[in-house]
Amino acid sequence: MIEFIEIIFTAGFWAATIRIACPLILATIGEVLCERAGVLNLGIEGIMSIGAMVGWMTVFLGADLYTGILAALIIGGLFGLLHSIFTVYLGASQHVTGIGITMLASSLGFFCFKLILPASTTPPKIKPFQPIDIPLLSELPFLGPAFFQHTPFTYLAILVVIFAFWLMNSTPLGLSIKMAGENPMALEAQGIDVFLVRTIAVVLGSALMAVGGAYLTLSAFDAFYFGMINGRGWIAIALVIFASWKPERALLGALLFAGLDAYQVRAQQLAGAIIPYQFFLMLPFLLSIVAMVIAAKRTRYPKALLIPFRRGERH
Amino acid sequence: MIKFRLEERAKSPYWLIILSPFIAILVAIILAGILIVLAGANPFESYYQLIIGAFGSKNSFAETLARATPIILTGLAASIAFRAKFWNIGAEGQLYFGALATTLFGTGLVVLPSILMIPFLFIMGALAGGLLLLPLVLLKLYYKVDEVVTTLLLNFVVVLLVSYLLEGPWKDPMSLGWPQGKSVIDDGVLPQILSKTRLHLGFIISIFFAFSVWFILSKTVIGYRIKSVGLNAAAASHAGVPIFKTVLIVALLSGGMAGMAGVTETAGLKGYLTLDLSPGFGYAGIAVAMLANLNPIGVIFSGVFLASIYVGADAMSRAMNVPTYLADVIVALTVLCILLSLVFVHYKILFFGVKKND
Repeated sequence: MIEFIEIIFTAGFWAATIRIACPLILATIGEVLCERAGVLNLGIEGIMSIGAMVGWMTVFLGADLYTGILAALIIGGLFGLLHSIFTVYLGASQHVTGIGITMLASSLGFFCFKLILPASTTPPKIKPFQPIDIPLLSELPFLGPAFFQHTPFTYLAILVVIFAFWLMNSTPLGLSIKMAGENPMALEAQGIDVFLVRTIAVVLGSALMAVGGAYLTLSAFDAFYFGMINGRGWIAIALVIFASWKPERALLGALLFAGLDAYQVRAQQLAGAIIPYQFFLMLPFLLSIVAMVIAAKRTRYPKALLIPFRRGERH
Repeated sequence: MIKFRLEERAKSPYWLIILSPFIAILVAIILAGILIVLAGANPFESYYQLIIGAFGSKNSFAETLARATPIILTGLAASIAFRAKFWNIGAEGQLYFGALATTLFGTGLVVLPSILMIPFLFIMGALAGGLLLLPLVLLKLYYKVDEVVTTLLLNFVVVLLVSYLLEGPWKDPMSLGWPQGKSVIDDGVLPQILSKTRLHLGFIISIFFAFSVWFILSKTVIGYRIKSVGLNAAAASHAGVPIFKTVLIVALLSGGMAGMAGVTETAGLKGYLTLDLSPGFGYAGIAVAMLANLNPIGVIFSGVFLASIYVGADAMSRAMNVPTYLADVIVALTVLCILLSLVFVHYKILFFGVKKND
């Protein structure tokens, strides 16, 4: 039994937690941005998928890794723009638009991948981001290998989180975004364009989702597989609810979730002979549902979430 | 900068309502045509190949109708649920649960004559689909847990459960290493309805259910309640509509339809359960329902249309060397174009300049 406790005291476990958490953190913060502005973005799963593909393909075709991230950022932003034209400007159903965007983004990604690489049976690999040692800190026992020997993309993701906190909590734009999701009429009364604020939030948020997808192909792994997002986008949506739409809690939620995921992989190696692997793979999805049930009592949705804003119409 | 405002139409013109899905499909096909050009093929010839592939022979036509069978059922599942604004995106999981029930009861556990065995399997499949949705709808009703996310997440759990059963306890020992379930007994197999093709009784059954759902939704009190809950739940509640009961019925009907799609695939097309039983039929149902504007009779036609895209794209891909994923792109574009057309059907777009006062 002691082996199951010892897992937590290995640096590898903590390093894996950070690695698993990164795409989730980026996607969850992206979804928080959208939903705080009043727009549910169910396009997340597809946007992560096409972000993973575009980021990887850019590097595969010869660009450097940072250009790969930039390409994912742009494609994510474009799909965010499409989502906001439908849901913000035209007031179409956010649920159905999101599902449509997910279908379009993932199928378009697969189509382009097959078009460029028609006959690849084994997915080609790129040289992904390599871990770098943070001077001095990486030499610390335990803490060093756990937290200070990650890839630059990982540190970039953490910078993005800090940027999102700052944006949401300390800038006029952040305040406008929150107001667009709570009381858009009041925002309009201030002379601020609700459509524009919501669009900015959805474009930024979707760009982050795509970068979260690109983390998988550029840092965590080195190839693009069909279906590699494997529900991470939906898990991120559950995490947003678990985090009560707060970026800092989303960070904690994603880390907690990734920790459990990293733990189950290691526990699986110990107990694999007794319990079939499929039950371990089910855990993240079941945990997400449990997390939503736990959060249900204190759930307070942004008041204007799902409600299209129409100029000149009173609610 | 162009400014515009949407103004709700008092009454939408009939020609617009009828034409809008066709315009949406046309726009989606034109947009996908651009991708065909990018792939270096002639779009006209490619679409010709697609149509030939879907309807060009008795065999291909039968294949299209066979493919439409589960899509019509998942389309009905989405239509019922979306009418009540109950966002069941879990048809994929419910389909597999129906397939599990078919394998559990149909491979020897229960032996009945064909006339009873087939209805029995459909009932079990429907119950399984509804049962999977039951805890989620109760979580929604009691704790307000969002059903969009829970139904989506449960799809992954169910597929993993199927994978476990097929690799473990339910694996057919005769299947030479392939993970597949035992074959459905002869009396449970849905009979062929067109000789030398894969078209089976399931297609007729799915049309029967489309008419049944139409009857329930437009001719019964339950249907009226479902509609009123979708339009305005608070108002419906004040008017005495039992919200709890209505949502529960919606969920069971919706899950039941998706569960039966699992029956038609397991007992009809393949005869046994596999892990690739459904290449996303559950999600295709959403597109089908939207294309039919949630009308159950319309679902028959939009289901056949979508199936023809999937079947035809395989033939087109072989002939023109365009990736088959084009079919999924066309379906996704259709969903988005339908949404766009719905906006134009229900709203007038008024443009006005920045300087002009409105």
